[in-house]
Amino acid sequence: MMEPRILEVRTKVLKKNDETAREMRQQFLDAGVLVTNLVSSPGTGKTTLLRETLMRLAADGERAAAVVGDLETDNDARRLAESGVPVRQIMTHGCCHLEADMVRDHLAGWNLADLDHLFIENVGNLVCPTSWDLGESVRVALLSVTEGEDKPLKYPGLFNTSDAAVITKIDLAEPCEFDRIQALENIQSVRPEMPVLEVSAKTGDGVDEWIRFLRTQRRRLTKPACSKN
Amino acid sequence: MHELSIAGSIVEIVSDYAQEHGALQVTAVTLRLGQLSCVHQEALEFSFDLITKDTLLEGAVLKFIDVPVAVFCPSCQQQVELPGIQKFACPVCGTATADVRQGRELEIETIEITEGGPSSQVSASAARETS
Repeated sequence: MMEPRILEVRTKVLKKNDETAREMRQQFLDAGVLVTNLVSSPGTGKTTLLRETLMRLAADGERAAAVVGDLETDNDARRLAESGVPVRQIMTHGCCHLEADMVRDHLAGWNLADLDHLFIENVGNLVCPTSWDLGESVRVALLSVTEGEDKPLKYPGLFNTSDAAVITKIDLAEPCEFDRIQALENIQSVRPEMPVLEVSAKTGDGVDEWIRFLRTQRRRLTKPACSKN
Repeated sequence: MHELSIAGSIVEIVSDYAQEHGALQVTAVTLRLGQLSCVHQEALEFSFDLITKDTLLEGAVLKFIDVPVAVFCPSCQQQVELPGIQKFACPVCGTATADVRQGRELEIETIEITEGGPSSQVSASAARETS
């Protein structure tokens, strides 16, 4: 019996996903489309905020589209389609997160150059989506006031890899006895200097700031392309 | 349970690698796991055992190298390890920093194989060159 031999592999486990995401990110940049990946627990209100966002952008003449991940249903896509913008459902059939090739395959037939914004609504989960790069420019972690202010401390991995946090359902903050100051502290603790937005898709509070945030991100994205001309 | 997807990727990468190097069997896989990788080791072991059935990796042991989170402190001008992952601030001077330099690793470090015979001998350095 030969002795086992040790081989150095030194390869990232998600190398294939990272490569696909890198190619996609370049295509998004070339097309000038801001891609925003929305991640949260189930029930935080991703779909409600996204529906409001799509309607606002469309009303202002901005071209938006969305792909939405869900385990088994297309309920979210149907709700989002009410906004009138192109929406596609990614049914993951039990898979708890989106992967880059799922997103890529569901973009087939869309001309990216016709878009200003593309939103990816991830599967509701605060752990699993963390490691999968989807080629997005901005990863947004959402938490609702109903979930408690310690969510960022419980899921530091996801919050730490996000570019912004959105606190949703702020209209319910008082009845939920949501400790806003503590929540903001917790977010800053796991991701110092992260921009935080506070919204209620229901009352419209904070939605203007959220839309402004998205526009600023998009301007930043397209700036280098403009300066080349 | 994203560990199943991760186990699937490990099997894919290691099977190709092992075959290229003439392995009869893979007996161990060592992973570098950062504290921020969001991987649950037991869940990964469970998934790995399931998914390696009838592959070159069947029966292989998963080994883990835990990688703590390290950030760059702009005040101390050096990389420092964090004692936990709930407070991203320099443990020496307290400066908050989001400049993570280490701790997101999810990598296959090494594999242990048994070989078919002399024709399949490839040195580790040659193996690295092809990666």
